[in-house]
Amino acid sequence: MKKLLFLLLLGLPFSRLAAQDYFPNNESVRNENNNFTAFTNAKIYVTPTQVIEQGTLLIREGKVINVGKSVALPKNCVVYNMEGKTIYPSFIDMYTNFGVANPAAYSGSREPLYDTKRKGFYWNEHIRSEVNASGFYKYDSAKAEEFLKAGFGVVNTHMADGVARGTGLIVPLSDESKTNKILFDKVTQHFAFTRSVTTNQAYPSSLMGMIALLKQMYHDKNWYKNGNSTYKDSSLEALIENEKLVQIFAAEDKLNALRVAKIGKEFGINYILKGSGNEFERIDDIKKTNAKFIVPVNFPDAYDVSDPYQANQMELADMRFWNQAPTNLKVLTENGVVFAITTDKLKKLEDFKSKLLKAIKYGFDKTKALEALTTVPASLLGKPAELGNLKNGAYANFIVTSGDFFDEKTILYENWVLGNKYVVNDMNSKDVRGNYELTFDNKTYQLKIEGELSSPKAEVKTSEDKKVNAKLSMANNWFNLLLKSDDSTKVEFHRLMALVTDTNQFSGKATMANGTESYWSAKKTSVTEKKAEETAKLEINKVFPVTFPNLPFGNLQKPKQETLLFKNVTVWTNEKEGILKETDVLIKNGKIAAIGTNLSDPSAKVIDGKGKHLTNGIIDEHSHIAISRGVNESGHNATAEVTIEDVVNSDDINIYRNLAGGVTTSQLLHGSANPIGGRSAIVKWKWGLSPDEMIYKNSPQFIKFALGENVKQANWGINNPTRFPQTRMGVEQVFMDYFNRAKEYDEAWKAFNAQGKKGKVKAPRVDLELQTLAEIINKKRFITCHSYVQSEILMLMRVAEKFGFRVNTYTHILEGYKVANEMKEHGVGASTFSDWWAYKYEVNDAIPYNGALLHNQGVTVAYNSDDAEMSRRLNQEAAKAVKYGNVSEEEAWKFVTLNPAKLLHIDDKVGSIKVGKDADLVLWNDNPLSVYAKAEKTMIEGVVYFDIETDEIQRANLAKEKSELIMQQLQEKNKGMITQEPKKKEKIEYHCDTLEH
Amino acid sequence: MKKNLYKIAFLLLPFLGMEAQQIPAPKQSKSILIMNATAHLGNGEVIENSVIGFKDGKLTLVADARVVRFDVSAYDQVIQAEGKHVYPGFIAPNATLGLVEIDAVKASDDENEIGTFTPHVRSIIAYNSESRINETVRMNGVLLAQITPRGGRIPGTSSIVQLDAWTWEDAIVKADDGIHLNFPSTFRRSGWWAEPGTIEANKEYTKQVEEIKTFFALAKAYVSESSSQKNLTYEATKGLFEGSQTLFVTANEEKQIIDAVEFTKALGIKKVVIVGGYQANKVTDLLKKNNIPVLLQRTHSLPMLDENDVDLPYKLATLLTKAGVIVGLENSGDMERMNTRNLPFQAGTCAGYGLTKEQALQLITLNTAKILGIDSQFGSLEVGKQATLFISEGDALDMRTNKLIQAFIQGRNVSLESHQTNLYKKYKERYNQ
Repeated sequence: MKKLLFLLLLGLPFSRLAAQDYFPNNESVRNENNNFTAFTNAKIYVTPTQVIEQGTLLIREGKVINVGKSVALPKNCVVYNMEGKTIYPSFIDMYTNFGVANPAAYSGSREPLYDTKRKGFYWNEHIRSEVNASGFYKYDSAKAEEFLKAGFGVVNTHMADGVARGTGLIVPLSDESKTNKILFDKVTQHFAFTRSVTTNQAYPSSLMGMIALLKQMYHDKNWYKNGNSTYKDSSLEALIENEKLVQIFAAEDKLNALRVAKIGKEFGINYILKGSGNEFERIDDIKKTNAKFIVPVNFPDAYDVSDPYQANQMELADMRFWNQAPTNLKVLTENGVVFAITTDKLKKLEDFKSKLLKAIKYGFDKTKALEALTTVPASLLGKPAELGNLKNGAYANFIVTSGDFFDEKTILYENWVLGNKYVVNDMNSKDVRGNYELTFDNKTYQLKIEGELSSPKAEVKTSEDKKVNAKLSMANNWFNLLLKSDDSTKVEFHRLMALVTDTNQFSGKATMANGTESYWSAKKTSVTEKKAEETAKLEINKVFPVTFPNLPFGNLQKPKQETLLFKNVTVWTNEKEGILKETDVLIKNGKIAAIGTNLSDPSAKVIDGKGKHLTNGIIDEHSHIAISRGVNESGHNATAEVTIEDVVNSDDINIYRNLAGGVTTSQLLHGSANPIGGRSAIVKWKWGLSPDEMIYKNSPQFIKFALGENVKQANWGINNPTRFPQTRMGVEQVFMDYFNRAKEYDEAWKAFNAQGKKGKVKAPRVDLELQTLAEIINKKRFITCHSYVQSEILMLMRVAEKFGFRVNTYTHILEGYKVANEMKEHGVGASTFSDWWAYKYEVNDAIPYNGALLHNQGVTVAYNSDDAEMSRRLNQEAAKAVKYGNVSEEEAWKFVTLNPAKLLHIDDKVGSIKVGKDADLVLWNDNPLSVYAKAEKTMIEGVVYFDIETDEIQRANLAKEKSELIMQQLQEKNKGMITQEPKKKEKIEYHCDTLEH
Repeated sequence: MKKNLYKIAFLLLPFLGMEAQQIPAPKQSKSILIMNATAHLGNGEVIENSVIGFKDGKLTLVADARVVRFDVSAYDQVIQAEGKHVYPGFIAPNATLGLVEIDAVKASDDENEIGTFTPHVRSIIAYNSESRINETVRMNGVLLAQITPRGGRIPGTSSIVQLDAWTWEDAIVKADDGIHLNFPSTFRRSGWWAEPGTIEANKEYTKQVEEIKTFFALAKAYVSESSSQKNLTYEATKGLFEGSQTLFVTANEEKQIIDAVEFTKALGIKKVVIVGGYQANKVTDLLKKNNIPVLLQRTHSLPMLDENDVDLPYKLATLLTKAGVIVGLENSGDMERMNTRNLPFQAGTCAGYGLTKEQALQLITLNTAKILGIDSQFGSLEVGKQATLFISEGDALDMRTNKLIQAFIQGRNVSLESHQTNLYKKYKERYNQ
């Protein structure tokens, strides 16, 4: 070992390549520090798990030369005795935008831009993969100091703007050295679900648009890589060049993390996911992604709930999140998720330690914490040897502390970056905190010194216990106390100075207010007691359990499939048997097992159905609940590439409310902002499960189209429209154009695929939009089209006929009654509103008899909601078919069950009560079409997802939980901890025409 | 070019909406007797086998056919209504019928004047008695409405109309019945519709409440003495202090309601009604003590908080009724005009969640009439009141059975047709051809 060291030392002068050698120097003569620096007698964390007691750390020119128990010190060595101190590798924040300002925000016309004006780059301006943050990097010394005080030595930084954000770089938090401004350039490549501020290009306006854009971008990258392009695209070239870098995706939410992981899987990319701190809410799914994470510690402050009128308008979920958030790091660790910690989104960097300590109090392991700040980010960044440890050859980035970093009282003294010292707290400064007897001018005073070590505060009282105005400052162990003179008519001060060497007693010169000089002295009488409340701060709150989803009415456990036997119930079969009275229904293994009388099954839980009605679950053909960040991708007139399946939000309370209204299946549709909208998601409302578990297995594929006022932007309030189409005439042409192109696209691919291995035809470019439209022509995808007036209804059917397919469903279809024959002949179904009208010009002729008229002409008719509120009482809407147009009750009920199942091509599984079909059932207390009816149990595949009795228990528990959470928060406030004002997130209930950015 | 366009627009206008408009019914010259129907009186009572007579627009007989003696021949017309149901005309308070025809067409919108305190703005003169929406509302039993302006702190003065008239003057049941106040919210939005932000405590709340108090204090001072200089704004509030007008305060939050009640009491405003009332169930004692009724927000709405009981909007009427507060239902909100015809079903839903059917009926009949101050003439089937009623095939609070056969407003036999029924007939014809 010693020999090795010797060799090492010998080799040094040769291996040292003086980086600054080729820099001219006109300022002075050469003066470089080539000396060694040694830190001896310290407890050294070489890595979080390799600790040396009483060790020596030897560094030179910014790197660790040696570390160990006994290290031979060269002669040219400055030695610091670190007796009693602890040295850690300094921390790494791998997710910052340190020193990289956001680009200037776009400030032109407010009108949306559709097609890009920039040349030589990708067609979408939110793709900024060509950006290298190093070109914009400028050392920010103020911010650097904040990082240094928190214990950080290097950070990875990037330009936080756009969907594809270009490359990031690793920089040291020190600008001492001329050459080490940047440690490593182009280390990371960044992505996020946010639009660039530099442009008003409308696409993508939604989360699903961003996902589709990324997918198309990767396809285009591959196509470009294969030399198919005839022009230069700097954005794609950068993507190709940077594909081997560390890929970081700012998911910023647990569900987004799952979404990003899916993109990664599709394109073979292992993204590191920047989380938001709510990963614990769906930890099982997070774990399954196998992704590595970067997680913040910005746990929310307690809400100020002292005003009960405000508190009763706050969401329980927000309070619960406050309560649970500090457990995130612990939960991730327990589940084996590898993660680095970031300071991102902390309001103040100085809060970093207290937030981290909070996580540790809530069970996060200290060693894991150190790893998440050192070795993990170093290895995630691909620099495991160079960064995050103090092994030989690593950068000399370390902090010196008074002891265990995770002890609240521990003082961070120094932060060394590349061998340059930054003093956080002077380790030689004397701790003068305590109680003293102060003697001065022949009088005795009580002196109490409290506060931070670096900025102690003094309180002075006379022997008669009268307060004297005093101000203390400490610098370089010089004690300087200003004391107000006792002459109350004047504002005069005595100045007491002393150089402190012994904190038990010190003395010095006093300069009196009148200018005369004398001596003073202070003698310690006792140390300051820790306040009771400070220790109280250490207590942790009772943590409330996570529910699935983590919202009110979520379940502690995911509910299980049951075997249930309903006895003597009125059964609405939706089959030729019609409505059966006093009948038994057995459900088993998620299916309807038997229908009859006197059924029995020993394993079944028996439910008395006397006086009650058992029906299928309601199916809503047109719903917009449970969608994350945007129901419309309004940035293009055609967006067949986007899909709601990418943005199903399993954590929406409206799911539970739908279940309480007897809804089991919904089609989540894209909005109606463009003629060719996005693909839909058909879901079963399995409350508590993940988005992907809600989506139908082998789901039939649909896409939303739209016609009329919305697509021609009639009510958007745009002064100078630039998006085609602006009339119904143009709408037809959009379809003609896209279907022609889709046909050509399809033929090109078919030709390519048919040529065999020896073919010379190059693979056409993958176009997700045309690919989707080709599926329609090939009858693999169905259209649900938003429609109102008869002219446009006929138009789309004729367009479809020209391309050899049929329109599957018209939704809204309020003038369908005018062309029922034509619709019947074409073979299209109708999913309409029971009675909506008068909300815009094109619904002037909407009549509530529409459903009945279409039904009577043999068209398959469904009633849908398009509305979060109405979706939970579609049974009432169905009843309106009885009122308006005298449809029989049995047929009216099919409007919200069997008929939408048919329109969705899922009637082989759901929509009627028939042996072998899915047990998606609802037990009602009354005729389901009655205004007085309510759902008592709602089941999907034999699992009870809503039960009126469980619901009652939940209500009581929620009230109790809220009051406990309020009490916890009041206690925090009482302890003097920071609270935030009551607030909550605004929620948007989507309709077809909801637009957002 | 622009001028020409306008010309064309004006030329076209008379044709739009002219199709299939119904003719208001003439004054009833006959005396009429409705026999053997189930009469739902609107005051909580039901007569299974009833006789209901009216003459000169007023009810002359409401009784149980089995116990009362009556002379059939004394009536010019007898309607046999066995198995049918008779109800007093439903009342839609806080409505904007006739103020907007098509939501998205700005030119058809007359509901929201600019300004913050505009009590002098009167809805009635903008009320379009020929709105095609009114006809579709009538056909479900809603025969009366309070036409209310929107927007600002005090949007203006409402009037109560019956829904079958040639002109707004003909339509008036009670002119300038109330002044409407939108109480400031204790929370405010920080984003806008396209970029939702957070909802935070409204720091201006106290200031905004103070502005209201100051306004009414000044108004009260003004109306106490005749002034040489007329102030239309203050003048308009006179009835509030005299007790001839009602102050309708839109307030959903507990704190808003308490503040509203206290300030109106302090200023001597005699009749106050809370509109909305989402948290009114938390202050029922206060409301009862001060004799303040509630026009409850749309039954068919979502709970405001995730943790609220799923059925809270459905059962609020029950909670308030059981606590002894007088409750009516109002229907303001999205697509409120066309949705007015669903008012009966909103009442019906309340019956599914705790009230009896007759109690639920009161929410849109006698209770509302009391709240609007028209209960001496409307709201129930009682002798002496106006004959504003209808006959339905069945339970009018249930969608399946709400099928009107005949409706009378002040005795006049009003049309139950609409452009919608005409289109229905027209297109049935298409499929018969």
